[in-house]
Amino acid sequence: MAALAEERTRDGPAEAATRTPLWLKGVLPLLLLVVLLLLFLSAGPLGVFRTAFPPVEELTLERISFPEPGRMRIHVVNGGPEPVTISQVMVDDAYWAFTLAGNATLQRLDDTTIEVPYPWVRGEPVTVTLISSSGVTFTHEVPVATESPRADRRYLSTFALLGIYVGVVPVFLGLLWLPFLRGVSRGWTDFFLSLTMGLLVFLGVDALAEAVAMSGRVASAFQGIGLVTLGVVGTPLVIEAVGRLRRPSGGMGGEALRAAVLIALGIGLHNLGEGLAIGSAYAAGELALGSALVIGFLLHNTTEGIGIVAPLARQPVRIAMLVRLGALAGTPTILGAWIGGLSYSPVATVLFLAIGAGAAIQVVLTLARLLARREGGLARPLNAAGLVAGLVIMYVTGLWVAV
Amino acid sequence: MSKGAEVTLSRRDLLKAGAAGAVGIATVGGATAIVRPAVAGAQGPHVVRGGREHIHAMGTMGDVDTSLFDPTTFLEHFDWGTVSILPDGRTLRHYQITALDRPIEVVPGVHFEAWTYNGTVPGPTLRCTEGDRLRIDFTNAGSHPHTIHFHGIHPANMDGVFEIVKPDESFTYEFDAKPAGVQLYHCHAAPLKRHLHKGLYGAFIIDPKDPPLAPARELVMVMNGFDTNFDGKNEVYAVNSVAFHYQRHPIRLEVGEAVRLYLVNMTEFDLINSFHLHGNFFKYWRTGTRPDHYDYTDNVMLCQGERGMMEFSFEHPGLFMFHAHQSEFAELGWMGLFEVTGGVVV
Repeated sequence: MAALAEERTRDGPAEAATRTPLWLKGVLPLLLLVVLLLLFLSAGPLGVFRTAFPPVEELTLERISFPEPGRMRIHVVNGGPEPVTISQVMVDDAYWAFTLAGNATLQRLDDTTIEVPYPWVRGEPVTVTLISSSGVTFTHEVPVATESPRADRRYLSTFALLGIYVGVVPVFLGLLWLPFLRGVSRGWTDFFLSLTMGLLVFLGVDALAEAVAMSGRVASAFQGIGLVTLGVVGTPLVIEAVGRLRRPSGGMGGEALRAAVLIALGIGLHNLGEGLAIGSAYAAGELALGSALVIGFLLHNTTEGIGIVAPLARQPVRIAMLVRLGALAGTPTILGAWIGGLSYSPVATVLFLAIGAGAAIQVVLTLARLLARREGGLARPLNAAGLVAGLVIMYVTGLWVAV
Repeated sequence: MSKGAEVTLSRRDLLKAGAAGAVGIATVGGATAIVRPAVAGAQGPHVVRGGREHIHAMGTMGDVDTSLFDPTTFLEHFDWGTVSILPDGRTLRHYQITALDRPIEVVPGVHFEAWTYNGTVPGPTLRCTEGDRLRIDFTNAGSHPHTIHFHGIHPANMDGVFEIVKPDESFTYEFDAKPAGVQLYHCHAAPLKRHLHKGLYGAFIIDPKDPPLAPARELVMVMNGFDTNFDGKNEVYAVNSVAFHYQRHPIRLEVGEAVRLYLVNMTEFDLINSFHLHGNFFKYWRTGTRPDHYDYTDNVMLCQGERGMMEFSFEHPGLFMFHAHQSEFAELGWMGLFEVTGGVVV
């Protein structure tokens, strides 16, 4: 305290002497940066910046959709440092007519849509190549061409049903374990909490790996890995901070409910990413929605329900609250499937996957804190076994859903 | 334009295109569509639609700037050299060739950083008669060492292989024109593959002296390709460099007109190329060296550096396609049309 006061007195006179307001001190480097940029721009590129390097062109074909037979639509974004002019379109090694929305020259971060009247064949691959004015080519292959979903009732209801099957139903089934959890001893409740931790560690790592893998498909200007970092680190911090702002009253019981809500939220965010993946894979023709896959997701996601109710084993909770928790965790799958199928974008997918991973990390942290206060903590053999069991359950049920 | 069509063609454009002939590809206003008149030779084309009203629209969009190089002019342009008579009475032909680095437009809107002879790819078609004395002043104004290697019979030091001409240096090739036939010339500096696919080649035609060839409409087609992204594969195929040029600008012929076509294959990376003519057959002399030995066919296959001479005339008017009979090459630009007029419409 004394040191702080001393510092303040030392600061005071210095500020008075220069008479510079604090905000100016903060803004000064920025002002100088602006001046420097203006000088650089008005004086033109100098020396080494002017050497005649060949243009670095980079286009990313973010999405190819097939609105109807005989027509395809290419969504392209310039993620490189230089403007790129799209001169021609090749489909399956043949030049093809096209119409391009707006200007054929894309500035950095510009995007456009190209319509191609191409008689694509259902169920067969299609390779699209854009050729720029300097002859550089950008290729994207669709492994299986199939008519893209449209936002009609059929699609929305199909994917709502799918979301209910793979997201909502399993979560609610899992919630039904609550009476069972109530019956077991405290030691076994901790076991199931640890098991939940295991499930979420698995989900988190899985989502993170997906996000990193997908980040390669993001135009480089959008920095896929940067998005992953933002989502993974930012999400748990935001959830924690929000949780601290609204701390429910009721001591230990309130904290358990808070944990349950956070777990449901984390699983919900994870399921949003999962729904996106299902919807976009379906739209991209990379996924046949066989019943085996649906069964796989059912098994896989039922375990998520245990996670939500595990913290609530030792306290009363209203049915309405349970329904809300289930909805929070399960319904985002439907939303994700809709978004993923209708407007797939690598940037959004990477971000959602990373948020899902971050949410899982947050849940794991919450559970770890909860367990740490119990006897023996995570190191207790039964709890350690629970965590490993959670991982194993996810692995085994995952054998049906790995696409 | 009728309702439901996706390509922006005006009705007038379509009529103009359809009037051209029987079944063809019309390229108008930047878009390409197959048009088919209801009755051959009649007006009133229909856009061919699939079951769900789609248009087959193979081809490129727009056109190239032909002010620097026009494949239509190139087709019939021969460099005869500056002619003088030697003391022994023979003809001396004096040619000037300069190697230049220059971007060329090979597909509408796509520029290729080419190495050229006299600024064009292919280089000028050199023309002479068997037995002429040829003198070729070669100046290298490009950025890399080059040579000119002529196919023919000549001394070793005139072969353009070991006498590398560095940038800003010159060399004079001098030899007798033989044997008569369709020859070619190209750079022989290493790496060969790059010097060839960058565009350093051209046709070199030695006319037979005795007996001379019968008069005919003479055309030169050099089959080539361009690897615009330098991945060792061609993105563009053509005759005379510009993809689909003779489809956008059909070569006009008359029914019964005698046509002699000199065909040279300079395609890099691909083992072979081919030439197929629609609605007609032609006589084909491999290398054009043996008048008594020819094929009668509508499709010939050529290895890189292989060339030949063909003669044909059309019996029927209309639009007749010619293209590589490798569909991939055809759809990447090596496709063109003869527009035959006159005669009796059947």
